[in-house]
Amino acid sequence: MTLATEATLLKQHLIDPEVCIRCNTCEATCPVGAVTHDANNYVVDPEKCNFCLDCIAPCPTGSIDNWRVVARAKSYSVNEQFGWNELPKQDDLGDDAAAAVQAVEDEVEKLLASAHAGTGGKAVAPLSASKPAINLYRRDKAAAAAVQGNFRITAAGTESDIRHIVLSFGATQFPVLEGQSIGIVPPGVQANGKPHDIRLYSVASARDGEKRNGNNVGLTIKRVQNGVGSNYMCDLKVGDKVQATGPFGATFLMPNDANANVVMICTGTGSAPFRAFTERRRRAAPGAPGKFVLFFGARTPEELPYFGPLQKVPNAILEKHLVFSRISGADKEYVQDRVRKRADDVAALLASAQTHIYICGLKGMENGVEESLADVCRKHGLDWSKLKPDMRAQGRFHVETY
Amino acid sequence: MTQTTSNMSASPAGAVDYTTKIPNNVNLASDNRVLKALEQWHPGYIDWWKTMGPEGFQTSDVYLRTAVSIDPKGWAKFDYVKMPEYRWGILLAPEDGERRVNFGAHKGEKAWNEVPGEYRAMLRRLVVIQGDTEPASVEQQRFLGKTAPSLYDMRNLFQINVEEGRHLWAMVYLLHKYFGKDGREEADGLLQRRSGDVDKPRMLGAFNEETPDWLSLFMFTFFTDRDGKMQLESLAQSGFDPMSRTCRFMLTEEAHHMFVGETGVGRTIERTCEAMKAAGIEDPFDLPRIRALGVIDLPTIQKKANLHYSLSLDLFGSEVSTNAANFYNAGLKGRFMETKIEDDHLLTGATYPVLKYIDGQIRTVDEPALTAINMRLRDDYSKDCQGGVSRWNRIIEKAGIKFALTLPNVAFNRAIGEFKSIEASPEGKLLTAEQWMQARDQWLPSKADGDYIASLMQPCWERGKFANWIAAPKIGIDNKGGDFEYVKVHRG
Repeated sequence: MTLATEATLLKQHLIDPEVCIRCNTCEATCPVGAVTHDANNYVVDPEKCNFCLDCIAPCPTGSIDNWRVVARAKSYSVNEQFGWNELPKQDDLGDDAAAAVQAVEDEVEKLLASAHAGTGGKAVAPLSASKPAINLYRRDKAAAAAVQGNFRITAAGTESDIRHIVLSFGATQFPVLEGQSIGIVPPGVQANGKPHDIRLYSVASARDGEKRNGNNVGLTIKRVQNGVGSNYMCDLKVGDKVQATGPFGATFLMPNDANANVVMICTGTGSAPFRAFTERRRRAAPGAPGKFVLFFGARTPEELPYFGPLQKVPNAILEKHLVFSRISGADKEYVQDRVRKRADDVAALLASAQTHIYICGLKGMENGVEESLADVCRKHGLDWSKLKPDMRAQGRFHVETY
Repeated sequence: MTQTTSNMSASPAGAVDYTTKIPNNVNLASDNRVLKALEQWHPGYIDWWKTMGPEGFQTSDVYLRTAVSIDPKGWAKFDYVKMPEYRWGILLAPEDGERRVNFGAHKGEKAWNEVPGEYRAMLRRLVVIQGDTEPASVEQQRFLGKTAPSLYDMRNLFQINVEEGRHLWAMVYLLHKYFGKDGREEADGLLQRRSGDVDKPRMLGAFNEETPDWLSLFMFTFFTDRDGKMQLESLAQSGFDPMSRTCRFMLTEEAHHMFVGETGVGRTIERTCEAMKAAGIEDPFDLPRIRALGVIDLPTIQKKANLHYSLSLDLFGSEVSTNAANFYNAGLKGRFMETKIEDDHLLTGATYPVLKYIDGQIRTVDEPALTAINMRLRDDYSKDCQGGVSRWNRIIEKAGIKFALTLPNVAFNRAIGEFKSIEASPEGKLLTAEQWMQARDQWLPSKADGDYIASLMQPCWERGKFANWIAAPKIGIDNKGGDFEYVKVHRG
């Protein structure tokens, strides 16, 4: 985001009057008094909203989660919004608008907001992160990619069918950073006749490609029973063409600073961005002093994606904690259990201003992991409730769950 | 915090302790008496849920939100859950050490954390009445899953059901914690009464009525749960702080119930208008042609609204009530948004206009504001209802159909209060008993209307599909796409 666009464009938070039921939950929740109402509508004051997103989860209708990119000088005033019976359309502001936000398309924006909600506030990119390109391709202007490979990376016969899929963009420029996502548009329509929703997948390869300078990306995708997107992707054959959008995401990025410590906590396909981070570190700065630590949970080694290749990554590059919850004869162990076991090391990392924490996986893991971090803090005289907002504001705490 | 502890209720404000059988943020682990009492009550509750909860879906995986903490980020975590395994917890809004009693004779005193001895019986009554409505509505709705018009709607129903269950827990906690032996007996009683039971009915009339179809459910959640919202909001004003904190958190959940009602009726209207337009029908009263399309005609929707609105008005009790005055004066139950009202919050000399039946006429009379507390809450309720009705009318207007839904006069079809012994039309015109009997079916759902609606209640459980009589929602729950499998019916 350039300063110029930040100064002139605003991503304005709006409430859809056709969906809102005027229950007052948002107004009661907003910590800065930005939500107000008259007899007709509940509205957000653009002068007061600080994008903390506290109002999003409690809203029972989803009407709260609407955004329009506007010229800052022409933002919709509270009085203007009071008079609405429906939301205005997004004005076409040209390419500049794309730079002001993570993604202009509402549907993608919602997916990202939901994925990052666990960060607990406005997500901020690490200070030393590279500047990402965003939103170069959209649903109505998608990039064609060709499938270069589709490999199962969990053992055959296990319940989890997780695949590493490589897409090549050929001559099309599609620059990505580790931690960003790309959108896939599954072909066909839903039962209601509308096109399928866009699916977001984290890039699992380094910025210079799955293969160095290959202009391709790797994705980690789990087949979900009856899942439209995942089955479409997992069934792809080499040579098949795919419509891709993006790249998306401007905060869940890795620090470039060689002194930065990176603690990565994941389960299942949440490992995708961390594979990318690790690969980048290996290629760009293998001897860097900053520590890379991975806590990675699965039911069994056979169901842990990339189990084999991970074994080959030297400990000097990546400290690995692979934990399993379904090994017969052994106690169940989840990533949060290992974080607690390694409390001394984790506390030392948390105490360092160089440390960045990333959590990625299913929504269900968030709370357990956060509680374990809070426990580690308590044990070592730190206060997670204070540390977390500080780390977040400094771009050192990131959550991406789905 | 320097102390190391495994007791998570000592963790940052809002976090929920999952180490006890009953998730809570009230430090149950250190309150052995209450913990034991609740653990003894728990099996009876599960038993009640399994016999009186949603029939036929106890092993289905339902995409539900569970509150894992009370802060905005934590109280809506979505995942698949089998309903009997839902974590019904005891969650109170955060304590504000500075909070005061904001109205009545004790105005200005520090809010109470224990029950004042002289108000014990009154408070217990308030808690029990509120508590009794929660399991009642689960009982009323237990057969609806089978005719759900979509997996989306089925999920919403079950979400409401588990949250009503949680609200019962909230009230039972107050009974066990603050009302000793009497409280325990009342808590047991909440599991013994049954909606519609001849011998052991639920305490309030509307909660003994049937919920025979989905339109009734939507009307019930719009009108009757909105009474719940008003009551909870007034109780959230209570000088008894645990009551206030309990109700404040319940209100956030109640909003979802309003949502299901308002959008449920709205989607029914939308589908009807859409089908009428597609068939070129302009007259909303052309019932044979409209019903041939398999949608619910607007006049019948009006009748349903008349019924549920009038039943819900009865829940507010007598317009003029010394009980209500006593509750207010004692600082136990305030007015809607009490702290936002600009007056002395004592109401000793104030008056409030009340609609009464005097000398054969419906007239407005100024009554002492203290005894007119119920009336005022009911007026606030009607205003809130009118907002939703206007939004429904916008859907009809947008479709270009000449019809508008209205709220009937408060004298229409009443069984409690000033108008219980008279008959009036929806416009408020007084009628003889004979006139009423003749016209009743024009204004309230008739047997034939009920049969027609019942004929439409065919299950539609295919992902992303909706029954013909109802439109798809504009957005999914938790931002899920149109074909999301909200309930995995056949699994497990």
